[in-house]
Amino acid sequence: MKDILILAIESSCDETAAAVVKNGREVLSNVISSQIDLHTIYGGVVPEIASRKHIENINPVIREALSNANVTLKDMDAIAVTYGPGLVGALLVGVSEAKAISFATGIPLIGVHHIEGHISANYIENKDLEPPFVCLVVSGGHSHLVKVLDYGEYEILGRTRDDAAGEAFDKVARAIGLGYPGGPKIDKVAKSGNPDAISFPRAKVVGSEYDFSFSGLKSAVLNYLNSCEMKGEQIVVEDVAASFQKAVVDVLTEHSVRAVRESGMKKFALAGGVASNSALRESVAKAMEAEGVSFYKPSPILCTDNAAMIGAAGYYEFIKGQRSGYDLNAVPALKLGDR
Amino acid sequence: MKLIGIDSSGMTASVAILEDDLMVAEYSVNYKKTHSQTLLPMLDEIVKMTETDINTVDAIAIAKGPGSFTGLRIGSATAKGLGLALDIPIVEVLTTDALAYNLYGTDRVICPLMDARRDQVYTGLYEFEKNADIYTLRTLLPATALSIEEILEKVNETGRNTVFLGDGVPVFIDKIKELTKVDHIFAPAGKNRQSAGSVAALGAEKYKAGEYISSDDHVPEYLRLSQAERELKEKESR
Repeated sequence: MKDILILAIESSCDETAAAVVKNGREVLSNVISSQIDLHTIYGGVVPEIASRKHIENINPVIREALSNANVTLKDMDAIAVTYGPGLVGALLVGVSEAKAISFATGIPLIGVHHIEGHISANYIENKDLEPPFVCLVVSGGHSHLVKVLDYGEYEILGRTRDDAAGEAFDKVARAIGLGYPGGPKIDKVAKSGNPDAISFPRAKVVGSEYDFSFSGLKSAVLNYLNSCEMKGEQIVVEDVAASFQKAVVDVLTEHSVRAVRESGMKKFALAGGVASNSALRESVAKAMEAEGVSFYKPSPILCTDNAAMIGAAGYYEFIKGQRSGYDLNAVPALKLGDR
Repeated sequence: MKLIGIDSSGMTASVAILEDDLMVAEYSVNYKKTHSQTLLPMLDEIVKMTETDINTVDAIAIAKGPGSFTGLRIGSATAKGLGLALDIPIVEVLTTDALAYNLYGTDRVICPLMDARRDQVYTGLYEFEKNADIYTLRTLLPATALSIEEILEKVNETGRNTVFLGDGVPVFIDKIKELTKVDHIFAPAGKNRQSAGSVAALGAEKYKAGEYISSDDHVPEYLRLSQAERELKEKESR
């Protein structure tokens, strides 16, 4: 069978990324231009600044992806682009660029769901992984527990009711003076802290046992910090970070275990930026081993926003015959499974 | 010489194909539908309609701004994608210059007014200068963001007959009537909004003069910082 080469473009948040992916599983190039430094002084991603940076970066990033893969546009079978969810202004840069390239070359266009991309990142390094499996997608913008029934076919078991897991990390990191981005910073500091030092709540969402809620936990951390300050007690940042992280990880692990038990699925995968958190990886690995369930996870570079994962997801859409038109729009609140 | 013109700086979505002295096609839509859904289907339509071989296009002329930030980026990313895929350069044209070009040949001072929100307009002042058998667009005040009062004061300072155009006209009509002291008229429908034909025609002049850049280097001209950058600057200067 002829190889299928896909040029993938991702610009949903603060990374401008392009990749060339072969047959959905082999990454020929994966270029990510991160803007983290630009947004650090604002304590989070500023949508207008992110969009402006995407416009500056997008052509060089695409050119680099093609040249690193030693291919030209003419070799491509399809162009895959993230069209949601994400920041609308940021998404529009990638979507407009991809549509124009598709129009100018006649190469088919495929709009890809960002979360499907994160889930599909698992296909890249785990050649044996095939649906069905349970997947926990956790990032700065998303927290979803999903049954992957087939390629491109999902059943959402649970989602966050308020803050995304990564958002809670960012907010707590800011409160304890670690700054942005919170996830990696808390992960690092927590290693030298006591995760049982402070007892933070593990929130349950009544009536939807798979849903998450992290805003109560965030408030509990803020209240704890305030009360320490009032009492004049010293705050041990490492302990706060470790205890907060444990509270998040416990909830994520518990829900994941319930999902594999109730679904009877024998495979479980992590995805999204928070999937590179070392405590979460360790906790889920241990829990899945105890359940006799195979555990999959992307390496950290494929957990963060990247275009290779969009190429992987795009491939499975491509072979199913999915195509997008020149009227493809950015859909900031696109739901998983919607088209 | 064949150029594609694109303007998505305001509510107007506009695309054009220019070949030498002929506007092969121009397609403009003034309708509240996002440019992301209209712009490329419109270009596809005129390319098909005129059986244009897209590979014979020499350059993309783009209205680089000022204008709606998101609108500008949709146009810019479209132009950059075309430039990258077709391996052709981009000719940048200021939106206000192109608006002024709509009124080719007028002996009045031209004052484009684009609603820029925050009680401002994107504007400029222009005139046409006749040399032998051709008019050349001259900039009296380059593209800028001003309050309506500020620009009308500058219009009055010229002491010359003026013509206003752009989507800022209906927004500020009362102020214009109240504060303009010079003889003034308003451009009619069909001439008073952004036109990719004007972008392409002005772009052709620039292309012939060698004023074009790689699609990699093109970025919109916003004329303004983002709100976050502005607020940070204000905080720092306090």
